[in-house]
Amino acid sequence: MRYSGFKVIKEALTGHKGWTPAWRDPEPQAQYDYIIIGGGGHGLAAAYYLAKEFNQKRIAVLEKGWIGGGNVGRNTTIIRSNYLLDGNEPFYEFSLKLWEGLEQDLNYNAMVSQRGILNLIHSDAQRDAFIRRGNAMILNGADAEMLSTEQIKERYPFLNTLDARFPIKGGLAQHRGGTVRHDAVAWGYARGADTRGVDIIQNCEVTGFRIENGKCLGVETSRGFIGANKVGCAVAGSSGRLMAKADMRLPIESHVLQAFVSEGLKPVLPGVITFGAGHFYVSQSDKGGLVFGGDLDGYNSYAQRGNLPTVEDVCEGGMAIFPALGRARLLRMWGGIMDMSMDGSPIIDRTHIDGLYFNGGWCYGGFKATPASGFCFAHLLARDTPHPTATAYRFDRFEKGLMIDEKGMGNQPNLH
Amino acid sequence: MIIHHPLLGPRDAAEFTYMGDAKLIDRPDWQSETAAQEFYEYGYLRDNPAGWHKELWFHEAGDRSWLVVTRNTLTHEISNVELARDVARARGRSK
Repeated sequence: MRYSGFKVIKEALTGHKGWTPAWRDPEPQAQYDYIIIGGGGHGLAAAYYLAKEFNQKRIAVLEKGWIGGGNVGRNTTIIRSNYLLDGNEPFYEFSLKLWEGLEQDLNYNAMVSQRGILNLIHSDAQRDAFIRRGNAMILNGADAEMLSTEQIKERYPFLNTLDARFPIKGGLAQHRGGTVRHDAVAWGYARGADTRGVDIIQNCEVTGFRIENGKCLGVETSRGFIGANKVGCAVAGSSGRLMAKADMRLPIESHVLQAFVSEGLKPVLPGVITFGAGHFYVSQSDKGGLVFGGDLDGYNSYAQRGNLPTVEDVCEGGMAIFPALGRARLLRMWGGIMDMSMDGSPIIDRTHIDGLYFNGGWCYGGFKATPASGFCFAHLLARDTPHPTATAYRFDRFEKGLMIDEKGMGNQPNLH
Repeated sequence: MIIHHPLLGPRDAAEFTYMGDAKLIDRPDWQSETAAQEFYEYGYLRDNPAGWHKELWFHEAGDRSWLVVTRNTLTHEISNVELARDVARARGRSK
């Protein structure tokens, strides 16, 4: 069924009896060409692009819970491509371009809103660094503009430009950045993949891999063995747990990141703002809640909840630039589990096991990468070569000293 | 989280800096034939278990001692806290 304004009006006039489920609920078959483990944004996008762009058939997505119930529904919904390094920026710009055409491509309203993102700067050194980053973005075909304090005041009059401990000295804006309705991304990709014949199998937990003579033949699941020529893992957050079943140790630690939503307010914040002297980012959802977050809690965790010291730290960051935030009450807060890699950048690569492919290590930048991650993973699965924008996301980069360390933090996953 | 410091008693985890898996105490032998591979694995690969995990916490805003904390990564429950010095010496380090 194709969605359109006409269809909405027609259904409104006929009692909404014509809507059908957006995807099927099929039984798993015995054998597939491709199995994608993980029915989150990345896994569903990979299945969608495998079917649509690479014309592959017999694809299944296995999800242990329900689709979109993991990190794709737990993030702060920001999209942007404001990276510095060569290994990253072309990939994230590719992703942003896919976001721009996503809703037409999927025929699904994902509420892609290019409301702009502004990274505030607070010192001369930071201005230099951000000018450099802006230039790197422009060189890679992205947009970037340095804004003065005056320009920022005009757009965001509520920011503390009077007596802040870290005065706002300007900002780097990417006007094409913004936010997306995150659940709709999972649903849209699921519907698009299902329409093209992909089996989306929910409540199907992978309990092991069947590996013989160095080749992966399929997966053991809570619903029995399912064979596949190629198995792709896209379970960021739980990558350590899943890949341990294939006896793999990863350059990844799992960490908890908290996010927050205030009570609904009238429109106050037109874009996305990040604080440069601490770690704080905020946007306003279409329902009116201020959606914000900050640092990781900083210790290994698979619990989807964090602790209070980080709540205090994040709120202090918010109050430092946005004092009016203190008048809003916090409505909800939650935690999500991040694959924190050793250099803060992701991995899309083959493993040493034939037929087993890996997509993970997204740190806390996975949401914005969803379309490109899916596309590049599909490219790797279908053609066994990396997509041109994802050639740097290899497993062996740590061994070879080819890290993509945006923040220059070294192998301290909790600092990326 | 409250960490029961062996010398100082119960302390807020916010006083500490988390320094990763306690296996980092076992630094590879730099003179080994396979030292490059061992240091790569030591520096970059982690077990990352869901469940009990021995990890290093540095009491940065306290007495600056290093602790080995046994903590459950699924529940954040802490079952044991030792001085990293004692753990390292028991393993034959720093003699």
